[in-house]
Amino acid sequence: MKEYRLIGKRLPRIDARDKVKGRALYTDDISMPGMLYGLILRSPYAHAKIVKIDTSRALKLPGVKAVVTGEDTAKVKFGVISRSRKFIDEYPLAVDKVRFIGEEVAAVAATDPDAAMEALDLIEVEYQELPAVFDPEEAQKPGAPQIHEHAPGNISREHHMKKGDPDRAFKECDLVREDTFTTQSAIHAYMEPRAALASWDLTDKLMVYTSTQTPYYVQQHLGRTLGMNPDNIRIIKPFVGGGFGGKSDGLSAVEFSAALLSKHAGRPVKIVCSRDEEFTAARRKHPASITMKTGVKKDGTIVARQSRAILDGGAYCSLGPLTTVLMGTFQTLPFRFEHFQYDGYRIYTNKPPCGAMRGHGGPQVHFAQDAQLDMIAEELDLDPVEMALKNGLKTGDESAAGFKIVSSGFAECLRKVSEAADWQDKKRTEKNDPKKAYGIGLGCGGFPSGAGFYFNKTTSAHSSVIIKAGEGGGLSVLTGASDIGQGSDSVVCQIVAEVLGLPIEDIHITSADTEITPPDMGTYSSRVTVAAGNAALNAAKAAREALFKVVADKFEASPDDLLAEEQKIFVKGSPEIYTSFVDAVNLYQKKNQGSPLVVKGSYNSPDPLSPTYSFGAYICEVEVDLRTGELTVLRYTVGHDCGQPLNPMSVEGQIEGCISMGMGYAISEDLRFDGGQTLNPSFLGYAMPTANQMPKIEITHVVTDDPHGPFGAKETGEGSLDPVAPAIVNAVYNATGVRIKDLPITSGKILQGLKDKDR
Amino acid sequence: MERKKISFILNGKSQELHIQPWRTLLEIIREDLQLTGTKEGCGEGECGSCTVMMGDKTVNSCLVPAVEADNMEITTIEGLADGDNLDPIQEAFVSYAGMQCGFCTPGMIMSAKELLESNPNPNEEEIREGIAGNFCRCTGYTKIIESISAAAEGMQGGE
Repeated sequence: MKEYRLIGKRLPRIDARDKVKGRALYTDDISMPGMLYGLILRSPYAHAKIVKIDTSRALKLPGVKAVVTGEDTAKVKFGVISRSRKFIDEYPLAVDKVRFIGEEVAAVAATDPDAAMEALDLIEVEYQELPAVFDPEEAQKPGAPQIHEHAPGNISREHHMKKGDPDRAFKECDLVREDTFTTQSAIHAYMEPRAALASWDLTDKLMVYTSTQTPYYVQQHLGRTLGMNPDNIRIIKPFVGGGFGGKSDGLSAVEFSAALLSKHAGRPVKIVCSRDEEFTAARRKHPASITMKTGVKKDGTIVARQSRAILDGGAYCSLGPLTTVLMGTFQTLPFRFEHFQYDGYRIYTNKPPCGAMRGHGGPQVHFAQDAQLDMIAEELDLDPVEMALKNGLKTGDESAAGFKIVSSGFAECLRKVSEAADWQDKKRTEKNDPKKAYGIGLGCGGFPSGAGFYFNKTTSAHSSVIIKAGEGGGLSVLTGASDIGQGSDSVVCQIVAEVLGLPIEDIHITSADTEITPPDMGTYSSRVTVAAGNAALNAAKAAREALFKVVADKFEASPDDLLAEEQKIFVKGSPEIYTSFVDAVNLYQKKNQGSPLVVKGSYNSPDPLSPTYSFGAYICEVEVDLRTGELTVLRYTVGHDCGQPLNPMSVEGQIEGCISMGMGYAISEDLRFDGGQTLNPSFLGYAMPTANQMPKIEITHVVTDDPHGPFGAKETGEGSLDPVAPAIVNAVYNATGVRIKDLPITSGKILQGLKDKDR
Repeated sequence: MERKKISFILNGKSQELHIQPWRTLLEIIREDLQLTGTKEGCGEGECGSCTVMMGDKTVNSCLVPAVEADNMEITTIEGLADGDNLDPIQEAFVSYAGMQCGFCTPGMIMSAKELLESNPNPNEEEIREGIAGNFCRCTGYTKIIESISAAAEGMQGGE
């Protein structure tokens, strides 16, 4: 592999010092003179007509400056997938009807938070309760309550795909297995609750600071719902405390209500969600029931797959229509299927809407897929690693869903982890301790590095970057890419610095401010490193080309013979003939009537699905207490192909974070409901992993030089999650013989499984 | 409602405030004293984002009535660095990528501070236990544990 000056190095993040000093400002850390505190009134009913809302008592309360309801809005629906009208199904403040407990009904702004809280109690809403439905199977039955008029049978989206002829192919298989797997309701639980601070200037332009993954979409959707030209709206993303898909809906009632309240009150308004609101009313992951049928040859070659998924969508679309598709297509990574069929149904229920969460449909289907392949391997007396090697997608392959694999390190990932974890020996560990059992299991994954398509109608590129050179030799870099903690600001600076031979400290980034930075679709679908990274690379190359031209003229050399390194531009092979970078910038200005050096670069995926795909193989080791069913995750051995890791520390951080999140998904995290009411809306109730529960993690970077990624880099933020849960499930089986098909794996389920086995 | 006078040392400087008795320590730190490094992640004492030192012990400042700060010494994340000179724990978090989104980071560093002050040479288990009251959703804690471990080693070496 080529050695770079900055690429591939373990560099501190550019914002690390601000973060450790407590100086990084998140939305709730920002205040404005005259600012009011906003709160949202939420529906106590899962399904009801709004008969009447009386806000007069609330408005009379001292300190209250504005109260708004759906009646004060333009009554325009939004939906993040705005290309299709039927996915635009939600009012930012409820109009006529509420469809889940926690739905936004009204909002207040007051001079202090206590007055705002009191005002919420003074808003009188008359509801007429309607029959509600909470189970997706029930919701499809004739006579079930209709949640939306446009969706008979409460089908929010169905998606069907077929390649080859699975029915015929199954007849020619040596083994066909069909199993049903179910998954629970899980939620992002980002540490920073959603927040927005809105203000209007004297010319009626709106400015909103918001905790979002997608400032560009917020601008567009706020324009639509407020009846404004989006160009009159400025969205600024300050530091964001995590998102994981939960802040990627393009708009939330938080931003909308802050903007509308501010308009009514004529003062800035800040709304910060409580943790209870986040757990009861925010977006979450789709619970799913997946029936999977897989046919294989005796030697383990996978021939055919047929699957059907029912997604519990909750009350509105959010990103769910896409989840419905992805739960089919993501099954085709990282394995080959000659014959493939998928039927997905997303069903409306009277529960909080489900949308995108890290992995976006992948964790659900990879749990099912890897658990089933583990069962198949056992039945055929094959090694799951060997079977994965036999079926894994290679460079040049195309998956059954049409994913074109331009680089695959999957086989090497498998070989590396199998060796590093001592898989062959540990797999056969004797189970003769009556108290404790040790087990080992495999999980596999592959993931697109960004969607190649758009959610909305736009002529903008997926990502664009503008570079402006200062006469002191520093570069201003403007990018719409949204750093929500994954480190995109650092990656963009690193790429620009590498290309131009500058220290990172000379790169000054402004990101995610729609007034200043060029459009960028945002942080979702693991797209930022490849899309914004390539846009930064293209812009940096344009800057280099412009500077090389004037320097080449000066030296009477060809631009092709120049190099940019160590803040200098010099002739290859003659390091003594150089001009400093700062002189080159000023030379450019002199030659161009003083006009500053401003260049831009953009990126669009060359493929409508995705430019490229990451791969991974994870081996998990567990210990199970056979008397109590208590499960301890001991170790993960990870092989991951994200192309060329731009910053190995950041890549490892993504993988380690995915292991924590995937472990929570596998063993403890579960939002429980009584009807439409969330029963455990708190951190401790939700039970995500803490530091003392984390296993040892050993990571091997399998470096592939991807042809599309910037410096050969691919995604790592989402694909890393997919193998985590199934690896635990398979390890539990290896330890105990108990096969879990229903997440999460509780000690109760393990004990029950042990009892059933003894019978 | 009558306001109550409280006097305390905040990050080495004396403070005097007249506060409503129901307000929390977190509220007066963030709002009255404008030190926004301390974060509110839940307001229920569960996430640890609001961790500050009260005397030589950490507290979840969202659960502590501000009146309890009277005559106490309070240290927040802003009190650790000496100008541009970071505390060794902060320095280690920078070098070992002990943070991603950074929201839990101030509270996490305060918990690490208490740990290393009471146990300058903790083993990995002790570090894990020491920060088990602070949730982080980004890092999987691994690089946080490495950072604290490196800080402890560095501080030992410096003595």
